Amino acid sequence: MAKISASVYTSHVPAIGAAIDLKKTGEAYWQPLFAGYEYSKQWMKDNTPDVIFLVFNDHATAFSLDIIPTFAIGTAAEFTPADEGWGPRPVPKVIGHPELASHIAQSVIQDDFDLTIVNRMDVDHGLTVPLSLMCGEPQAWPCPVIPFAVNVVQYPVPSGRRCFQLGQAIRRAVESFDQDLKVQIWGTGGMSHQLQGARAGLINREWDNAFLDRLIADPAGQAEVSHIDYVREAGSEGIELVMWLIARGAMSDIAGGPAPTLKHRFYHVPASNTAVGHLILENN
Amino acid sequence: MALNKPYQDIPGTIIFDAEQSRKGYWLNQFCMSLMKAENRARFKADERAYLDEWAMTEEQKQAVLARDLNWCMRTGGNIYFLAKIGATDGLSFQQMAGSMTGMTEAEYRDMMIKGGRSPEGNRYLGEDGDAQPQHQPQGAAGKNKDR
Repeated sequence: MAKISASVYTSHVPAIGAAIDLKKTGEAYWQPLFAGYEYSKQWMKDNTPDVIFLVFNDHATAFSLDIIPTFAIGTAAEFTPADEGWGPRPVPKVIGHPELASHIAQSVIQDDFDLTIVNRMDVDHGLTVPLSLMCGEPQAWPCPVIPFAVNVVQYPVPSGRRCFQLGQAIRRAVESFDQDLKVQIWGTGGMSHQLQGARAGLINREWDNAFLDRLIADPAGQAEVSHIDYVREAGSEGIELVMWLIARGAMSDIAGGPAPTLKHRFYHVPASNTAVGHLILENN
Repeated sequence: MALNKPYQDIPGTIIFDAEQSRKGYWLNQFCMSLMKAENRARFKADERAYLDEWAMTEEQKQAVLARDLNWCMRTGGNIYFLAKIGATDGLSFQQMAGSMTGMTEAEYRDMMIKGGRSPEGNRYLGEDGDAQPQHQPQGAAGKNKDR
């Protein structure tokens, strides 16, 4: 039986990818940020899963306004890092896990979540920056990755409650897969940031840290927080944080198991326009 | 019955909802076309001619030619799509975001290094924070505007 071993949460700021690719990680501006992921890279080496289920959002890369799926699961054998206008990131191709992805799609749809199934999708910084932060700069990513894209570009995005429930359905789906696989689920995006208008540059350190506290200790309560609170308090793009609730919903304690262990917590301002948050939770 | 849009009382913020998306469909699809290198080259060679290939409004075309991202957003642009214009111009996301505040690049970068813009006074229209309409443009541009 496949099992979810841990969940990882991290921001996916594109400038972080550029800093890695342009060898700027040692610069004074970036050094404190990358220091916060040193533990995580070692943890990742010590706890390499068989598959990563990676929840992210596409930023007008694979999906234009032609098709806007709310939840899209990547079932392809591989996914190419996208050219977002600055040229593709020089990172390895993302190898999928079509068998597990198709199994999860079937199970979750039968569980009333109407996913869009995607067999061709280039993946942008939303997916590749978290991989770089957790895995460094390898020749190949350490394991297959199932990309799971959430619409947080066009409002309304899915509610926190819906995301949290979806996470629970994903856990059930993983646990009904026959192969013995260790699966990590990652929730990415956030934290507070606003990229538009006169309010661009908004950061809310207090709200972000309260979100982290509550995501760890009271995720069901956090799942009830409405969109407008995210937008008003954490900026128009801070709404990406609902994606963290998908990963959190997939942890065992939500289904009556023991509380997870907090292995790592990190918060830093700024990365370009954005507050960076990061957690690692292990199932017990 | 009208849709619930509780986000219209936030200063300096346009939420990209279905209505904005409908208004901005061709503007955003034009932006999307700039992900191809050959289209970027054609746009740079003759911006007006390239824009005229799209079913955009004249106002949207003017907003793009002026590189006024706030104006683009009011006419239905979404920042992730508009970012393709910035990429074509060789701008970073921070330069693009900063351009919407009236601050210089250095002023905006400094604000971020100091912890970013505070939410205080910037949650609701009618408060007195730096993102409120009465305080635009921000930075030195705002200080000099009455001279």
